Amino acid sequence: MDLQFSPDDRAFQVEVRQFLVDNLPASVRERSERGLHPAKNEIVAWQKKLWRKGWIAPNWPKEYGGTGWSLTRKYIYNREYFLAGAPQVIPFGIGMVGPVIYTFGSPEQKARYLDDILQSNTWWCQGYSEPNAGSDLASLKTRAVRDGDHYVVTGQKIWTSFAHLADMIFCLVRTDPAAKPQEGISFLLIDMQSPGIEVRPIIGLDGEHTLNEVFFDEVRVPVENRVGEENKGWTYAKYLLGHERNMVARVARSQFQLNRLKRIAADQACDGGDIRRRIAQIETELMALEALELRYLSQEIAGDMPGAGPSLLKLRGAEIAQAIKTLTVEVLGPYGAVFLTDDAARGRNDGPVGPDYAHGALGDHLYQRAATIYGGSNEIQRNIIAKQLLR
Amino acid sequence: MDFQLSAEQAMLCESVERFVQDHYDFSARRALADQPRGYSRDHWRVFAEMGWLALPIAERNGGLGGSVVDSALLSRHFGKGLVLEPFLSSVLLGARLIEEIGTEDQKAWLLSDSVSGDAVIAVAHGEPGSRHDLRQVSLKAAREGDGYRLTGRKTVVTHAASADQILVVARTGGEAGDLDGLSVFLVSPDAQGLRRQDFHLADGQPASDLWLDDVAGALLGDAEGAAAPTLDRVFDEVLCAVCGDAVGAMEAVLTLTRDYVGTRRQFGRSIVENQVVQHRLADMFGALEEASALTEMTAMRLAEGEEGAARTVAGTAARVFALMRFVGEQGIQLHGGIGMTDEYPVGHYYKRLLTIEALFGSAAHHLQRFATAL
Repeated sequence: MDLQFSPDDRAFQVEVRQFLVDNLPASVRERSERGLHPAKNEIVAWQKKLWRKGWIAPNWPKEYGGTGWSLTRKYIYNREYFLAGAPQVIPFGIGMVGPVIYTFGSPEQKARYLDDILQSNTWWCQGYSEPNAGSDLASLKTRAVRDGDHYVVTGQKIWTSFAHLADMIFCLVRTDPAAKPQEGISFLLIDMQSPGIEVRPIIGLDGEHTLNEVFFDEVRVPVENRVGEENKGWTYAKYLLGHERNMVARVARSQFQLNRLKRIAADQACDGGDIRRRIAQIETELMALEALELRYLSQEIAGDMPGAGPSLLKLRGAEIAQAIKTLTVEVLGPYGAVFLTDDAARGRNDGPVGPDYAHGALGDHLYQRAATIYGGSNEIQRNIIAKQLLR
Repeated sequence: MDFQLSAEQAMLCESVERFVQDHYDFSARRALADQPRGYSRDHWRVFAEMGWLALPIAERNGGLGGSVVDSALLSRHFGKGLVLEPFLSSVLLGARLIEEIGTEDQKAWLLSDSVSGDAVIAVAHGEPGSRHDLRQVSLKAAREGDGYRLTGRKTVVTHAASADQILVVARTGGEAGDLDGLSVFLVSPDAQGLRRQDFHLADGQPASDLWLDDVAGALLGDAEGAAAPTLDRVFDEVLCAVCGDAVGAMEAVLTLTRDYVGTRRQFGRSIVENQVVQHRLADMFGALEEASALTEMTAMRLAEGEEGAARTVAGTAARVFALMRFVGEQGIQLHGGIGMTDEYPVGHYYKRLLTIEALFGSAAHHLQRFATAL
């Protein structure tokens, strides 16, 4: 047992760190540090920079544009990336639909979509949740009826992040209403410009518009836009959910945010004892999560991944991220409650309200309440862990 | 970066598991704990034969040169089996202090006796009111001729009554709370002026309060008053092993509890069919996984001499002790009435865990240390 990375891997770590120092624009870093939602033009430019470097999709196989890095290097890259304060790459294309297309898609689909995903030319959104299909995703009702070379799609998706900015949506739709819930689902790629699609905004608790409802009214989708086989969509969806496991613990992001919280607490000079102890408490929890992530990585390298691992990382990672954001708002005292959307804050001509670092903290805290809900709520994760434990 | 056990470590774990299986069924353990000595000399000889007593000692001092990681692994299996032998106090604390501080002569005879199992060493450090602060030592050692005379009190010294040697932390200079002026002395258990009050701790370990009235002691090593940094370092290693012990106990509690809730039936079904029980088990599992990975990571940091490792140890103890308390409490809770009984093991694991916090500092104590170094 040992903790050190090899000299080669440490050299790689230095290279990544230096690239980020040299290339991450201050404005991108600032938005990310405050916990503000990314601005599309800025993050696209940043993702294109990563693409030009060849680092946009470390998890993809090399033949499709990945890096060919070992598991250790992917871990190091992600860690350095978030410790530098860089924003998460928008996951819907690169993290989600891309891997589904290169794994299950046709040669035509690969040729048509993958490169634009890598270059961030196409924005994707995820059409999974429905008003009555959240944690119980398999009960989704949006239906796709075959009509010649097309499916006719009718129904509604909800909680669709960035649908209002997206060019494409990947959708789970019901193609066989008579089959068992998991067996009648197909995976469709749908152009957001198609007639019959309507996007309606949902304003979040943070006052921002990232979420949407997406309505489908007899939207015609070419059959060639179905990924894989008809009625096998659940298999592809499950594959996708398990894909980005190495980021779910968000240890480095939380360490970055915890260090920021320490600086804010020092500046606020709030009650040293109690706040200090609570920051220390979170830090010990984060240390344990880091150890857990490293141990699972080590197990994965050795070819043995415990089934409950990703669930535990997701559950604790979300709880800790929330704890940091909650305490950040508390440390700000009365300024913690100042409610300003990003546009409103930037539109003022009388300077920031309160200390500069306060802007974004409340919005991010509110937005982070979703961390224990999305991607399988923490209650669902506990179900999964218990099931593994009781096998 | 590798958390996988080496072949040697896997063999080590296997050998302890076999020992626990052969010698530590629950009733045999209870019988042992009821004896005044509180452990078995026969088992101790097995420890020596297996090389466990030699493991943490460097090869040049007659040991096997194992690391903190190995000690934590060994302790994990001892914790899982509720093993009573004084490995922690005699070897990880006593023998390691002798190795770090002692003169070549002292090391030659004391360490060889420890490795062979012929000598059990007790370490007396705590005093009334010192809690877990290693600097809070008032017991005085005054030079007299070639030796020293020790006067003062020591509290809750584990295995003092059956020890062949007692190491006493004493002050040769300065005041309670000072970094400088701490020394370690060898005191014979039969020394004149040494009075003991013996008792048992919640986990079955025997311990004693000591009164020293002008007791003869020999300085360990040849430098007076400079023991504090070494005490800190050795106690950090011990804390790591204690965390390993706690993880082993947590693992046992989770297994017991998981099996029990699958068999216990209420309202016409096994209680594990209740989601609240499943989620509690999931949280207990999460606690075990966290504590175990954290202990391993910290042991590796210590073994590799990483900068800031001492602070990491404090944070680790804070986290692991809080997690073990949760697992121990929920173990009893999910068992219901049977968990409250002396004849069922789950409560004995709980008593081991609470003894750990009492002896080595509570989660809150270590969190405070960690926070102070923030």
